Amino acid sequence: MKDLFISAIELGKRLKNRSLTCRQIVDATYQRIDAVDHQVKAFISLMTESAYIQADAVDRLLDAGQELGPLAGVPIAIKDNICTKGYRTTCSSKMLENFVAPYDATVMTKLHQNHLISIGKTNLDEFAMGSSTENSAFFTTRNPWDLERVPGGSSGGSSAAVVCGEAFLSLGSDTGGSIRQPAAFCGIVGIKPSYGRISRYGLVAFASSLDQIGPFTRTVEDAAHILNVICGPDPMDSTSAELPPVDFSTALGKDIKGLRIGVPKEMMGDKIADDVRQAIEQALDVYRSLGAIVEFVDFDMFDYAVSTYYIIAPAEASANLARFDGVRYGYRSESATNLREMYTRSRGEGFGPEVQRRILLGTYVLSSGYYDAYYLRAQKVRTLIKNGFADFFSRYDVMMTPTSPSVAFKVGDHSSDPMAMYLADIATIPANMAGLPGMSIPCGFSRDGLPVGLQILGKAYDELTVLKAGDAYQRVTNFHLKQPSMNQVAS
Amino acid sequence: MSPKYEMVIGLEVHAQLSTNTKLFCGCSTKFGADVNTNVCPVCLGMPGALPVLNRDAVTMAVQAGVALNCDIQHESVFARKNYFYPDLPKGYQISQFELPVCLGGSLDIEVDGAVKRIGITRIHMEEDAGKLLHQGAMGIADSTYSLVDLNRACTPLIEIVSEPDLRSAAEARAYVETLRQILRTIGVNDGNLEEGSLRVDINISLRHVGATQFGTRCEVKNVNSFRSIDRAIASEFIRQQEVLESGGRIVQQTRNYHDDTQTTTPLRDKEDAHDYRYFPEPDLLPLLLTDERIQSIRAAMPELPHAICRRYQQGLGLTRADADILIEEIGMRRFFEACLACAQDISPKEISKWVIGDLNALLKPKGGFGPSLSLSPEYFVKLIRLISSGALSGKMAKEMLPQLIETDQDPDVLMANLGGGQISDESTLLEIVRKVISENLDVVEKVKSGKTASANFLMGQVMKQSQGKAKPDLVMSLILAEINT
Ligand SMILES: [Zn+2]
Repeated sequence: MKDLFISAIELGKRLKNRSLTCRQIVDATYQRIDAVDHQVKAFISLMTESAYIQADAVDRLLDAGQELGPLAGVPIAIKDNICTKGYRTTCSSKMLENFVAPYDATVMTKLHQNHLISIGKTNLDEFAMGSSTENSAFFTTRNPWDLERVPGGSSGGSSAAVVCGEAFLSLGSDTGGSIRQPAAFCGIVGIKPSYGRISRYGLVAFASSLDQIGPFTRTVEDAAHILNVICGPDPMDSTSAELPPVDFSTALGKDIKGLRIGVPKEMMGDKIADDVRQAIEQALDVYRSLGAIVEFVDFDMFDYAVSTYYIIAPAEASANLARFDGVRYGYRSESATNLREMYTRSRGEGFGPEVQRRILLGTYVLSSGYYDAYYLRAQKVRTLIKNGFADFFSRYDVMMTPTSPSVAFKVGDHSSDPMAMYLADIATIPANMAGLPGMSIPCGFSRDGLPVGLQILGKAYDELTVLKAGDAYQRVTNFHLKQPSMNQVAS
Repeated sequence: MSPKYEMVIGLEVHAQLSTNTKLFCGCSTKFGADVNTNVCPVCLGMPGALPVLNRDAVTMAVQAGVALNCDIQHESVFARKNYFYPDLPKGYQISQFELPVCLGGSLDIEVDGAVKRIGITRIHMEEDAGKLLHQGAMGIADSTYSLVDLNRACTPLIEIVSEPDLRSAAEARAYVETLRQILRTIGVNDGNLEEGSLRVDINISLRHVGATQFGTRCEVKNVNSFRSIDRAIASEFIRQQEVLESGGRIVQQTRNYHDDTQTTTPLRDKEDAHDYRYFPEPDLLPLLLTDERIQSIRAAMPELPHAICRRYQQGLGLTRADADILIEEIGMRRFFEACLACAQDISPKEISKWVIGDLNALLKPKGGFGPSLSLSPEYFVKLIRLISSGALSGKMAKEMLPQLIETDQDPDVLMANLGGGQISDESTLLEIVRKVISENLDVVEKVKSGKTASANFLMGQVMKQSQGKAKPDLVMSLILAEINT
């Protein structure tokens, strides 16, 4: 099998017309992982045994003439903070290095019901806290466009795997940009649907009110189809939205004449690298040429969003990560001689520095005497941000910004400066604060040949308009078809 | 000399709700299962697992609120109460904090015939923790190792907080007894203090008689029987009084009660109190209760103890003592009510006499009126009906009862098996009476000469010859009639 870089939908077609078997696809995928993952380091563990069982089942069903969904038989990589029954779920943490979940996340059940093939678990910043995978306790994933650079994060393993042909699709999670930013850094599509669209059951929680699972894909078309598989209310997740089912593929192939695009001036100013800004300006020109109306607007929520994010997310994280106490599962320090030491040493040795920093931050802002000044005030600002977006979307159909102020940075560049790393999420965080759908699509390259991502935000539960805008762009451009050089050598 | 100090008591009562499943997952709440068998990813605090609120638990919390005259809140919020302990799987307890489900109620208690209204501050819902089994010591600190059983983790509790309106151990005890009776009667709690399904924390302070300001209070925990409520309060009163009398000051603290020594010892001072860092639980939406839902819970409210008591006395003519027994013994009351439903022709008093008396005595060693009882109320009522119709003597009925309980067979069938019921046919009895009289003419003479008690001898002879089946009152009237003619 040669075409490791086609879209998932195209792969599905070739599988259905039996020019390929699912076993051949899975073989080719694992061969590709064998060939490049020692460089890219996207995977923490592989699910080889179950992948072949699933693949053979797909082949049997197709041979028997069964109708399967458009993504049946497609290999998908899973971020290693999504629970997979019988396989390790490490969250890239020493704390969970050997943890095997006794249950499947709801998204895993949905993938399997739709016959997608989960092939392995991908690297991330420990407990999804970071923007580069450098906070992984195990190793840093490399950007296939330039192995000296980070793939973005926290879902860097999932984005890198899709770019370099180790998977056709992958799942990530996005708490402040952890899908969209690595999608931008790796030149692929990443969408964080509205909060509540996809069950969080089985996603190891970082910040419960912000976390959302979402896919990485090579095309917007693929994104629409994988959303059809993984979205929907779940009785196991009280925060999943009770909404009628949506066929996201209806967003594809639509005219966008008259689409009202608002672009916050703040996100096109000096916070943004020049070549990133230029690529975005060219993308806006493409939209104008398609008949969309582009307007620059004042929208000053970004700085507030970052400040409040770094109160609310650590606060929730400090409680979410309390369960990792060494009592029932996960890392337990050998040297503890009493209960208190068991807690402090297990957590001190099991969590990395960034996780500990955020637990401390969160514990502080929730403490008696500080709660009102920090947490409560942050919640009020969060309401203001939501209101700001509601006002914005009363006038515009979508918001467009750069996904990240810069292109992928070099490994080690930001790792000593947490504040610089935090500000890298300035464009993506507001969508999490307001629960809105947001997508990053590739829209050009920097002078160094690194991908630039365009972020498209929509109003709550209006993924259709976001997908429509992204798909229209991809039908008249070919940035999403460009491959890093390591792929050309391969094919 | 009149007492110098008055005690001010407020109670916090934790009641486990009688739901079939836990508060946030589908695991069984059944007591006594093998360790760590009633567990799942949610109540084990597995990574990625999420809570889903049990609707029945909400209904029961609201029922408790209605029974205690509370203001049921249309919106209440669950929060995370953060602290580390090995019996707490998530590292936080999900509990209502700022916005509980019920606010501002009251409970009327009766002490020495006087009724007093005690204020209820709030009722909130929360999940229970698991249990630790320490090896080689009573606490975790000295144990060689400790094991964790999470069967109880995540079972639903309500915490009922009273106003500091109680002024004596007797009032505190009456409060807990009345509260327990209400919760049991409406079926939201089994009232078992020893097993911990009802737990009482006592806040107690002292002040000079006549003072309006409250003194510094201490919270007394580990009070797990009615007797220890009295004793813990008495001992804490004496302790605080001694401190005050010797010129000292009460330190606000939590104290542990020890039933063996009947003393309290400090557990932790206020300064050492946890900062629980409460914040709203982001995994659960606010609990919204519509007017319709609250109304439908109100409409379907089980009858409260005082209403039952009034109905039993005024409507059914039962004594207060019998009414109290039936209210306390919920299984017995259910059986009694089931009997009433199929016995319009029999006086409730008669039924209660049999239920509370003989039936209860026979069932006691066999698990009482619990679910193992197979006796159907219809057959039991039929038995009583056979007595009132004269077909069966009381004595015979008592003899038949164990068999009826055992087999739950139609009393008619049982009666036939025993050789028929009571003989109340006059002509049959007259034959026996005449025979007995003719055989005991000397006794007849005694009766005629005024020794009427001797008639009982004749009666005994008739009963003997009829194998006990003769209807006694009829026999006596026949004997007297025969002798006097
Ligand atoms: Zn459970």
